[in-house]
Amino acid sequence: MELKVLLDEKKISVILNRLCCQLLERHGDFSNTVLIGLQPRGIFLLDQLVNLLVNYGIKSLKTGKLDTTFFRDDFRRSELPLNANSTEMDIRIEDKDIVFVDDVLFTGRSIRSALTAIDAYGRPKSIELLVLIDRRFSRHLPIQPDYLGAQIDALQGDKVKVVWSKDISKNIVYLEKKNE
Amino acid sequence: MKSLSVSNFLGIKYLQPEDLHLIFETAIHFKEVINRPIKKVPSLRDVTIANLFFESSTRTKLSFELAEKRLSADVISLSTSQSSVNKGETLVDTVNNILAMKVDMIIIRHPNPGSAHFLSKHVDSCIINAGDGTHEHPSQALLDAFSLQEKFGDLKGKRIAIVGDILHSRVALSNIYALKMLGADVKLCAPKSLLPKHIESLDVSISSDLVKTLNWCDAANMLRVQNERMDLNYFPSIREYTQKFGLTGKLLKQLRKKIVVLHPGPINRGVEISSEVADSDQAIILDQVENGVAVRMAIIYLLASKIIIPKT
Repeated sequence: MELKVLLDEKKISVILNRLCCQLLERHGDFSNTVLIGLQPRGIFLLDQLVNLLVNYGIKSLKTGKLDTTFFRDDFRRSELPLNANSTEMDIRIEDKDIVFVDDVLFTGRSIRSALTAIDAYGRPKSIELLVLIDRRFSRHLPIQPDYLGAQIDALQGDKVKVVWSKDISKNIVYLEKKNE
Repeated sequence: MKSLSVSNFLGIKYLQPEDLHLIFETAIHFKEVINRPIKKVPSLRDVTIANLFFESSTRTKLSFELAEKRLSADVISLSTSQSSVNKGETLVDTVNNILAMKVDMIIIRHPNPGSAHFLSKHVDSCIINAGDGTHEHPSQALLDAFSLQEKFGDLKGKRIAIVGDILHSRVALSNIYALKMLGADVKLCAPKSLLPKHIESLDVSISSDLVKTLNWCDAANMLRVQNERMDLNYFPSIREYTQKFGLTGKLLKQLRKKIVVLHPGPINRGVEISSEVADSDQAIILDQVENGVAVRMAIIYLLASKIIIPKT
């Protein structure tokens, strides 16, 4: 497998700070906002954003972690079973402004599942999508991000790997190229 | 990605420890689902399940039905009184006729031991055993073990007593298999007439002293005396049984430590367990009922994942 660095720690740091500023611009003091990390990978990006937002004076942020496994549209479509992850939604979302947080936006099917799954907790006022990486030209559904870290072009079969570290200076995003 | 080692859910003895852990992990997620404001997920929206209950049931039938509906499956239910079994139709014919209506999964309770296993050999469908005579009641054993794990964490080395009518209890046998698989020590406490022959070969200890057993254990599963399955008098009187094997509030308070009390239901209040115990904070009987739905959702979900939708 050929590994190519897409974003190094410096670029990721700049992007994360930019995303925080864009969120601040639209959500102000976050009093009516809930950030929801999508399992399994979006929760790491959520943690990083929450840590950074503290530096911008946002201390009491409402967050949740949502697993969409039971809402996916590919159950029983392959021999591989779908194993769930934990959901932590100890917050009220009725009439709230929700921001879904995920690391990579690819086909858009996970986001569709999340849009269905969130209904089980109430009727939010609005839902937006924040992603670190947008894999362009690979969408199966008409879903686009509202907040975007970086756009990349990758071939079918390539994998985008986001490696999160507790130390923000060690985050990295790779492109794993499919063997020719 | 993990999956079950079996395609039918016939009994605990056919499962591996990893299967139990996978079912419990999945059940934790489903327990969260059934505590949401909207308690339903769409996973099984194109799966049809038939509940065939050839023996009376309240909890298990409702629990399975609710589990299926929470998973968005289409559900049909049949009980003996409504079926053509009364007109002489064989079990295999009844089931094959139901399967001809494009049913994907059969949940069966039957008074004959081995009926679920027999069915799995003769029909082409996924079979879940919801209790076969005095043989096994695997979903009950898993919800008991799941409820105990919630209380204790790991069950390795925990001491669990099963008290009462072991002879006629499918819950007892499935519980023994499940608890041993999870590493617990199991002691059976019953009148000698209500213990099956050679039961000690399952690596369990046996006692007929309730006080000693309760002082030994961390949790006690109090089984019901199954009068409907008794063709003989197995003990002199209900009163005498209650005096020797009934769990009362007074006895519970005398014990050296606080134990957890389980009961698979239905309870005969004042016989195997007093009202004071059944309603005490040491009893987890209603937790068992709630967990029953989550555990059954997990079993159905994991088995349904093996029914692959053809690409064409």
